Amino acid sequence: MPTKLSRRDFVRLCAGSAAAISLSGFLVPFIKEAAAAGGPPVIWIQGGSCTGCSISILNTVHPDIEKVITEVIGLHYHPNLSAGAGSLVIDEMYRVAAENSKKFYLVVEGAVPVADDGAYCIIGERNGHHLTFVQAVKELGSQAAGILNFGTCSAYGGFPATPPNPTECKPVKEIVKNVPIVNVPGCPPHPDWMVGTIAHVVLYNELPELDAFGRPTMFFDKIIHDNCQRRQYFDNAIFAKNFGEPGCMLELGCKGPFAHCDSTTRLWNGGTNWCVKAGGVCIGCTEPQFPAWPIYERLPEMPVAPGITATVDQIGGVLAAAAVVGIGGHLAGNIYTGRIGSKKNQDMKEGDE
Amino acid sequence: MAQTIMIDPVTRIEGHLAVEVEVDGGKVVNAKSMGMMFRGLELILKGRDPRDAAQLTQRICGVCPVTHATASSLALDNAFGIEPPPNGRLIRNLILGSNFVQSHILHFFHLAALDYVKGPDIPPFTPRYEGDYRFPADVNQQVVATYLKALQMRRKAHEMTALWGGKMPHQQAIVPGGVSEVPDSQKIAEFLFRLQELQTFINNEYIPTVKAVAETYPDYWNIGRGCMNFLVYGGFPLEEGMDHVSKKKLFPSKVYVNGQLADLDIEVINEAVKYSWYEDDTGGTKPTEAVVKPNTAKKGAYSFIKAPRYNGAPMEVGPLARMYVMGEETVTQLGEKAFSVLGRHLARALECSMVAKAMGSWVTELEIGQPVCTPHKIPDSAQGVGLNEGPRGALGHWNRIEHQRTAIYNAIVPTTWNLSPRDDNDQMGPMEQALIGTPVADPDNPVEVVRIIRSFDPCLACAIHLMTPDQQTISRCQIG
Repeated sequence: MPTKLSRRDFVRLCAGSAAAISLSGFLVPFIKEAAAAGGPPVIWIQGGSCTGCSISILNTVHPDIEKVITEVIGLHYHPNLSAGAGSLVIDEMYRVAAENSKKFYLVVEGAVPVADDGAYCIIGERNGHHLTFVQAVKELGSQAAGILNFGTCSAYGGFPATPPNPTECKPVKEIVKNVPIVNVPGCPPHPDWMVGTIAHVVLYNELPELDAFGRPTMFFDKIIHDNCQRRQYFDNAIFAKNFGEPGCMLELGCKGPFAHCDSTTRLWNGGTNWCVKAGGVCIGCTEPQFPAWPIYERLPEMPVAPGITATVDQIGGVLAAAAVVGIGGHLAGNIYTGRIGSKKNQDMKEGDE
Repeated sequence: MAQTIMIDPVTRIEGHLAVEVEVDGGKVVNAKSMGMMFRGLELILKGRDPRDAAQLTQRICGVCPVTHATASSLALDNAFGIEPPPNGRLIRNLILGSNFVQSHILHFFHLAALDYVKGPDIPPFTPRYEGDYRFPADVNQQVVATYLKALQMRRKAHEMTALWGGKMPHQQAIVPGGVSEVPDSQKIAEFLFRLQELQTFINNEYIPTVKAVAETYPDYWNIGRGCMNFLVYGGFPLEEGMDHVSKKKLFPSKVYVNGQLADLDIEVINEAVKYSWYEDDTGGTKPTEAVVKPNTAKKGAYSFIKAPRYNGAPMEVGPLARMYVMGEETVTQLGEKAFSVLGRHLARALECSMVAKAMGSWVTELEIGQPVCTPHKIPDSAQGVGLNEGPRGALGHWNRIEHQRTAIYNAIVPTTWNLSPRDDNDQMGPMEQALIGTPVADPDNPVEVVRIIRSFDPCLACAIHLMTPDQQTISRCQIG
């Protein structure tokens, strides 16, 4: 087995047009070899989260989760998988971090509540005192070689940080400075996005190429709308008015036109389905402002090209930020030619009848 | 001399739980169940489009998101005065049912089993509590192999959910009035293909493994009894009809209190806060009136979980409750032994098989080409209730809509019942009661305690999800 896989080939495999449903099992021997040669240990902690990201990574197909945790990485702590409990596992986690300072990777799942000294999330007991999540993120994060934020909550704040943000949740990047951070958003992230990111750091001991929001470009450089299988409906101005109907989902609230990820071609859960294929709307869960927007209301204006700010009452800053990243030029064109029109917010609610 | 054992965190559950037990004379004499995290999600829902609730409340929990999406949509259906067409009802059942199968397999093998078998000697399977592992090496090895196989099986169960729900965790298809995914012959075939493999695994490996644990650890038929009261809201409707309690369902709505089966009456539910970090004047409220004002400086309080009671009684919810009140024979024939750690594991496994079998018939009832969703109109003001069963037990969502926006949202979830702290009458919650009297051989390795805790399949993100924190009053819960 060759011992070197070029980064270019790696990214090609991950972005995977050939292995459309998953990362190729072809990667595993390379990763295993890198891991045997002293691949970095991994510590996984959960804070203001729902455990959905952890459950999602269990759904990885190639390599399967057994391979990931027995052959690819040394998973020294995970709240749902660790055999031990109590101070036994907390002490071990800190010991591994200290012994592998600047060599281990910290996976963070969940937002970081900072209100009232972090009292809203206590993840264990250490030296006879409550260990708050914010304290653990600071202490472990500052020792890590890098931090992998799995899920929109640790990357951007996510659901618990949505206004009025009752527990003052912060993304990890506002808690730990001067440590390389990669954001793998999604609610939850696709297992391939997480495993692919882990594989990259194991193989090359550095973070993959990132976009303006800290996301690996190999998974997040595509717009849902550009590759959607309902795209022809849009081009022909056929819009679903009720759930369960054929048509583009725009009128029912789809955020595909500005959401970044490759679910359209990667599909979910072993290639069975994905959000819009199932007649649902894209809810934009990989974007920094998710879920600040109304899920089933058509956005009053679509985000357009950089520099062109959409007029939006409810979600002002949201679209401006999305517009910075840019969307397919065809959409901007469609807005200006009036194909989509621009309904006022008040009309949206009737749209579903 | 009594010794206090603090287990924080309790791992291999969902969320942040600490349990403190006091051991005297080798037995647990006192127990506290302490929920340690909340996110304040109710405030986030307030003022939003009421339909957002189904998508957002399923983010309460990534293990059982479908349960919340379903309960939330039932509450919206109720508020909107609509109900799903038969296809919508059936596909909701398939989405929820296949996640039941996923969740039960995950719970037994990946969350609970390592209390009885030794995993491989690599992290995260080390370090572990040492001591009471009774399987001979070859059987231990076999169970570890089944643990690994179960990882594949639960993944395939999620594929079944995704076939109708779009993706998992956090499906996209359950909406007010039904679902968005439409049935076709290919999806039905792909579903049945996976279902058959799952049924073979459940019947030939999951249930036999539970029985092997039961034969090797028979003392656990007598450990972890609990409150011996059961609450079942009922779930998986088998017919159309606007009245949830009376309509025919796979799991009928029933309660079992003080040794008697009785009809469900949700009017007698209220929530106590004497030992929870909330102001005392917010206690004793009905689900529709819930007000939450946290106060972590409150003397004597020890958890963010409130204490819901049914006519004043603590109630256990979950698979054991469901199997017991519906008269599943294997469970009821156990008599008093049913109220135990092993009773809970066995009931969960049998229920897994029962739900899988039922899905085989629901999927063939789907009518291709017929509607999946009833159109809706958001009323100016309304209120709704959604009662449901999740893998962990009875789940209720309550909403109030004003000016076409969510005004009040409340949910009482399974783990709030099972892991509740003491109530206003100082009655312990079901899990706390289950811990009392348990022999603890080695306080440094309190494996007996965690076996009882995990038999309830706790989900803490669910239990403490909808608090309305008063920014000024949250202070110390003994930090640092």
